Amino acid sequence: MTTGTNSSRKAMGTAALLALAAVLPLAITEPSQQNFLILMGAQMGVAWNIVGGYAGQVSLGHAVFYGIGAYTSTMLLTVLGLTPWIGALAGGLLASVFALAMGWPCFRLKGHYFAMATIAVAEIMQILVTNSDFLEGAVGLYLPMDRSGWGWLIFLSKLPYYYVILGLLVLTVLVSWAIERSHIGYYFRAIKDEPEAARALGVSLTRYKLIALSVSAFLTALGGSFYAQKEMFIDPGSVFAGTISIKIALIAILGGVGRLTGPVLGAVILITIEEYSRTLFGSTGSGTDMIIYAAMIILVAVFSPSGVLGLLGDLHRHLGRHLPGAKPAEAKTSAKEIRP
Amino acid sequence: MNTAPLLAVDGMGKAFDGLIANRDISFVVHHGEIIGLIGPNGAGKTTLFNCLAGFHTPTTGRIAFEGHDITGSTPEAAAALGIARTFQIVRVFQSMTALENVMVGAMLRNKRVAEARDRAEEELAFVGLSHRADTPASDLTVSEQKRLEVARALATEPKLILLDEVMAGLNPTEVREASALVHRIHQRGIASIIVEHVMEGIMPIAHRMLVLDYGAKIADGTPAEIAENPAVIAAYLGE
Repeated sequence: MTTGTNSSRKAMGTAALLALAAVLPLAITEPSQQNFLILMGAQMGVAWNIVGGYAGQVSLGHAVFYGIGAYTSTMLLTVLGLTPWIGALAGGLLASVFALAMGWPCFRLKGHYFAMATIAVAEIMQILVTNSDFLEGAVGLYLPMDRSGWGWLIFLSKLPYYYVILGLLVLTVLVSWAIERSHIGYYFRAIKDEPEAARALGVSLTRYKLIALSVSAFLTALGGSFYAQKEMFIDPGSVFAGTISIKIALIAILGGVGRLTGPVLGAVILITIEEYSRTLFGSTGSGTDMIIYAAMIILVAVFSPSGVLGLLGDLHRHLGRHLPGAKPAEAKTSAKEIRP
Repeated sequence: MNTAPLLAVDGMGKAFDGLIANRDISFVVHHGEIIGLIGPNGAGKTTLFNCLAGFHTPTTGRIAFEGHDITGSTPEAAAALGIARTFQIVRVFQSMTALENVMVGAMLRNKRVAEARDRAEEELAFVGLSHRADTPASDLTVSEQKRLEVARALATEPKLILLDEVMAGLNPTEVREASALVHRIHQRGIASIIVEHVMEGIMPIAHRMLVLDYGAKIADGTPAEIAENPAVIAAYLGE
């Protein structure tokens, strides 16, 4: 069965990637900032892909969940002295509840209107936090410097952080993978392809879109908590900004939405380009990242709406057709040959 | 056969901003019956389907399914109660294989993926598409996609299936196959209402025919009765 071999090949590919990521820090004993950014980007992209890719509900406001995660774990740590292990979980749950509350009205809107509504929600949230005295407003929050270790998820060296974010990425991939293989994954794809036909088969659009958004929000919030733990400082601009929302969505779209490996590939490409441009232009180039995002959106939209993965697939098929003796790359082609 | 009606439509009407698409329609469908629903273009056949399947809320009247009032229920609730449908313009899930399409239907009754797959394989075999199981749905011919929609609907284990022009655009051999398929659905005890313009496909198999014209029911009887009904002849040929 092609579906079976496809998914096992996919699982093996993912396992190989993860194994590579796990042994990488042994070679690189001092992980660079870029390694972190790629893993963090991949984690956010995989989380976004659950709602934006599988279920096809494009959110351009995911920073709201990221920020809720970062602020919840940080507030619980600074005010109540609660370990971020619990704080991150609380942040994830809060983000999920927020997702349900925002999804209820927003999912009445379709397509672009839904995306616009998510932008509005995220912008409003950033303004609210910026003006909140309780959350220290624009000043931001510092994490306590007087403790460290696994209990507090605060480390003096970078390597433990690398393993934490790697673990979080693995968790996010596993959740995605489980969804993809369950009836929920099938329902998400059905909703994305033909919502009316899905309803006729008993699929509640609202229920499954809310599941997609709340699971995605939970995982995105965990990413936000990690960011706070690693940077030891957060403010509205660093976790609630609109550019974060764009970046999260772009990572998945660039790599290829609706596939597990797409966002991981997207993160590698996007973050690498972004970081090289940053070192190239230095501080004079602040804002170049926005230019790069814009250019990427245009390139993906024009040349490969299915992302880099889609492009690779096309290339594979193309080569398969033109190289003598090459096997057809896709079941699509072979099935056509069986019955013309 | 159960004598209490499966579906009872009573004085149902549907208006869109003053445009009346269905007016005062009443009929019953019994378990396992094959009902042909015919009428000129714009007579309100698809609107009636949409009301029965929960896609439209009727403006007047009531719809009862197995004694439950389902007037204005949602499509997902109608599906759960046992009303399945196909679409006039096919709506297969393009990113999925044929088998996966049917699995989505089977998941209504069984959320386990492996068991939904087994069920879907049975339904694909039932409509004669087993050899296309792993083909992307977008690569099927239109006639295959229509059968795929039937398999997908049957996988929800309905008591009533609404078939919207499944024979349109088929060649004579395919029309005969489609008629045979409808008959096999009947043999499973599933009632069907079939919107069809292809008379040679529907007349031989329908137990009863409903005829709509300008949104109203103008005739209800056996195919032989309908063929001789002056109002039906007038609606089709004009006076």
